[in-house]
Amino acid sequence: MSTIEMPAPDRSIIERRGEIIAALAEAAGEENVISDPAETLAYECDALAAYRCPPLAVVLPHTTQQVANIMKTCSRLGVPVIPRGSGTSLSGGALPTADAVVLGVSRLNRILETNYDNRFIRVQSGMTNLSVSDAVSAEDFFYAPDPSSQLACAIAGNVAMNSGGAHCLKYGVTTNNLLGVTMVTTAGEIVEVGGPWCDPAGYDLLGVICGSEGQFGIVTEAVLRILKKPEGARPILLGFNSSEVAGACVADVIKAGVLPVAMEFMDGPAIIACENFAQAGYPTDVDALLIIEVEGSDSEIDEQLAKIKKIAKQHKPEVMRESESAVQSDLIWKGRKAAFGAMGQISDYMCMDGTIPTSQLPFVLGRMSEMAKSYGLAVANVFHAGDGNLHPLILFDANKPGDQEKCEALGYDILKLCVEVGGCLTGEHGVGIEKRDLMDCQYTEADMEMQMRVKDVFDPAWILNPAKVFPMETSHSRRTHNQPEKAA
Amino acid sequence: MAKLETATDEAMLAEQVRQAFKTRTSLEIMGGGTKLTFGRPVEAENQLSVGGLSGITLYEPAALTIVAKTGTTLKEINETLAAECQQLPFEPANYAGLLGSKGEPTIGGTIACGISGPRRIQAGAARDSLIGVRFVTGEGEVVKNGGRVMKNVTGYDLVKLMCGSHGTLGVLTELSFKVLPNPETTAVLLLTGLSDEAAINALSAALTSSYDVTGAAHTSRGLDGEPVTMVRIQGFRKSVKYRSEKLREVLAQFGPADIETSARTKAGWKWVRDVEGFAKEKGAVWRISCKPTDGPKIVADLQSLDISNVLYDWGGGLIWLAVPEAGDCGASEIRRAVSNHGGYATLVRASVETRRKIPVFHPQAPALEKISRDLRQKFDPAGILNPGRMAPAEALELEES
Repeated sequence: MSTIEMPAPDRSIIERRGEIIAALAEAAGEENVISDPAETLAYECDALAAYRCPPLAVVLPHTTQQVANIMKTCSRLGVPVIPRGSGTSLSGGALPTADAVVLGVSRLNRILETNYDNRFIRVQSGMTNLSVSDAVSAEDFFYAPDPSSQLACAIAGNVAMNSGGAHCLKYGVTTNNLLGVTMVTTAGEIVEVGGPWCDPAGYDLLGVICGSEGQFGIVTEAVLRILKKPEGARPILLGFNSSEVAGACVADVIKAGVLPVAMEFMDGPAIIACENFAQAGYPTDVDALLIIEVEGSDSEIDEQLAKIKKIAKQHKPEVMRESESAVQSDLIWKGRKAAFGAMGQISDYMCMDGTIPTSQLPFVLGRMSEMAKSYGLAVANVFHAGDGNLHPLILFDANKPGDQEKCEALGYDILKLCVEVGGCLTGEHGVGIEKRDLMDCQYTEADMEMQMRVKDVFDPAWILNPAKVFPMETSHSRRTHNQPEKAA
Repeated sequence: MAKLETATDEAMLAEQVRQAFKTRTSLEIMGGGTKLTFGRPVEAENQLSVGGLSGITLYEPAALTIVAKTGTTLKEINETLAAECQQLPFEPANYAGLLGSKGEPTIGGTIACGISGPRRIQAGAARDSLIGVRFVTGEGEVVKNGGRVMKNVTGYDLVKLMCGSHGTLGVLTELSFKVLPNPETTAVLLLTGLSDEAAINALSAALTSSYDVTGAAHTSRGLDGEPVTMVRIQGFRKSVKYRSEKLREVLAQFGPADIETSARTKAGWKWVRDVEGFAKEKGAVWRISCKPTDGPKIVADLQSLDISNVLYDWGGGLIWLAVPEAGDCGASEIRRAVSNHGGYATLVRASVETRRKIPVFHPQAPALEKISRDLRQKFDPAGILNPGRMAPAEALELEES
């Protein structure tokens, strides 16, 4: 049983299924339309797999022009469109409804231009995050944002959710590395926003498009900043007897003027799960583990790690171990990047994504474990400590009646706690459906009204990914009034 | 133009805007008053000062976060951060000299104009450091977006939309920033006598190296009148020494580089940041954003213009041009050249008459113009905030309500 509601599908649309599929075939080519229910089932959910619904149809265009034709068609027919990259969203960003067409960009997967002198690459948005880095790797360049799902996730989804990653403490998230997009509007017009230069011409439309969760348009191409790889990188493992001490160590490192590329935190349950999974060499008898990575030449790395070790020693670590080889470094990261998969082998879990001011870390960790106890659930923590982006994994048993509801209730309480201490509901996964009904904890009616007015500009009829991001009641009049023919 | 009583807090400011909305009275928004001539001339009945909303409301060095009210001077913010050996990542400029104005720039004005300095190429623009805003809409509603944490994707990113909107989408009241540690030391590699093209190639070589360059600029007329090319490296002492020597090898193909580590380097980058070389220059000043390697090509295309000064920053991706204040100040030729290569040209300094006559901001594709116009209509339905600043006021149609 799921607890997050989706709007009832519009029967008048479902009744026109045949007409809609024929129109899509005309717009994008018959071979690019999937309508067999056995095949549309593959698009019924994303990585928030507790919520599923097969769409009316799926269309997988090969060109931006086909995307434009599809948007014109769907606008004309009043059919909701659910944009989809690779379907790795953890917040239900690509969850369909039964009256909607899923528009997937997976076949838009070509590199269009690579320009090393000016440090950018122009790609179609269906390319995976990692394949962008791979494409420039021979020249020793890379694309910085590195979400854990980077092997599978598409640039389109990264732009929609403004994805982050472990290395964003130094390099920023998607929005800081995105220079331009080609976007198809809901009216089917193709627009270029930004480009391989630094300043916008007028309003920073690119800035508001990035992170709009597929609600403003279909991004078919992206211009991305690529960077030369550092000469080298080396992580150090620090084990502590308490999360508080580990948190204090993070604060002192930052205060000392060292800016590592990554500072990752794991608590006891997460350490054990990751170690069992990846044999990364993590100490399993500590309560908190920090992975701190620095970059540069060997001597530069030595200089930075010496400063970090000096600070860490003041906090009396149980374990302090520098990686001694590239193999060891890879293992250390393999363990961290496999964290979600490793936990999945042990238990069903839900992954939260709130951010808190780093100064609140000890309080929040303590309060979270009290809250989990009162629900009778366990929480494992894996997160980006440098920027306060928490990923509490709430463990539950999907086969046990009521457990998922309990888990969601605890998740909501944790996210509310993040907002109460001055943080936010989501640091990098997006609101989607998952945090949609919590938006009013963080934002007032007036705050949300201004956001929805921006959607009104880009998508006057609210046909793009409509039942996401804003609480159902808050967006209700727009989702219905703007489509008078559907008003019930 | 009448001056309204200076608001002492956000609620009072919101009330002033609400009244102005009710009575359809247009407002010119004023912070420190140093950039009032940046943009088209504002055609407003009253002036709304935000100078009374001043002060740092939160500063947590260990969280790399600072929050300040809009009227806080850049000077106060810089000094507060410096006391903890920290800084604003985007190296905000002071255009008072360039624009011939007096006073101290405020943080609100800097963000409203979206001004980023030389470090933009490495640490991001003003919009990248800005992590939260509070603002008053054209209807007098107080709205917040983002917050005080550096990773936040909750709802749409209106923070970036507000940055660089020149007060036409709302009156900023409070801003949150991510900050960075001050570098322990700075070194600058200096090459002299290079042509524009060779200089930009040298800067590209530096920027595409692994050595983490935080500044890359070139002028055909440095302090002693000769072309100077500058590459800045910052960080811990040993690392800076190592990287500057490595970079000297990378740049050897362009000529021998001097490595300067004295306090003079600071003055040199301030000269670039604040465009000081153009302050005493007469005439109009353009700012062009383009692909770095197109920089010299665009300038070469403009030989007929009688350009009196050129400064390249951002590795060539930002060009400052001084041209005579005559005719259209080269607008049609400059915009044609820029459009041929890709990028935008903004007229930063010119007389009131010229700025009224020529679009100050680069004309956009009709679809984007429409989106921008519609956004303004949603944020400021009566068009009372800085009318005319970014687009002629008459282009704004008041929707029937």
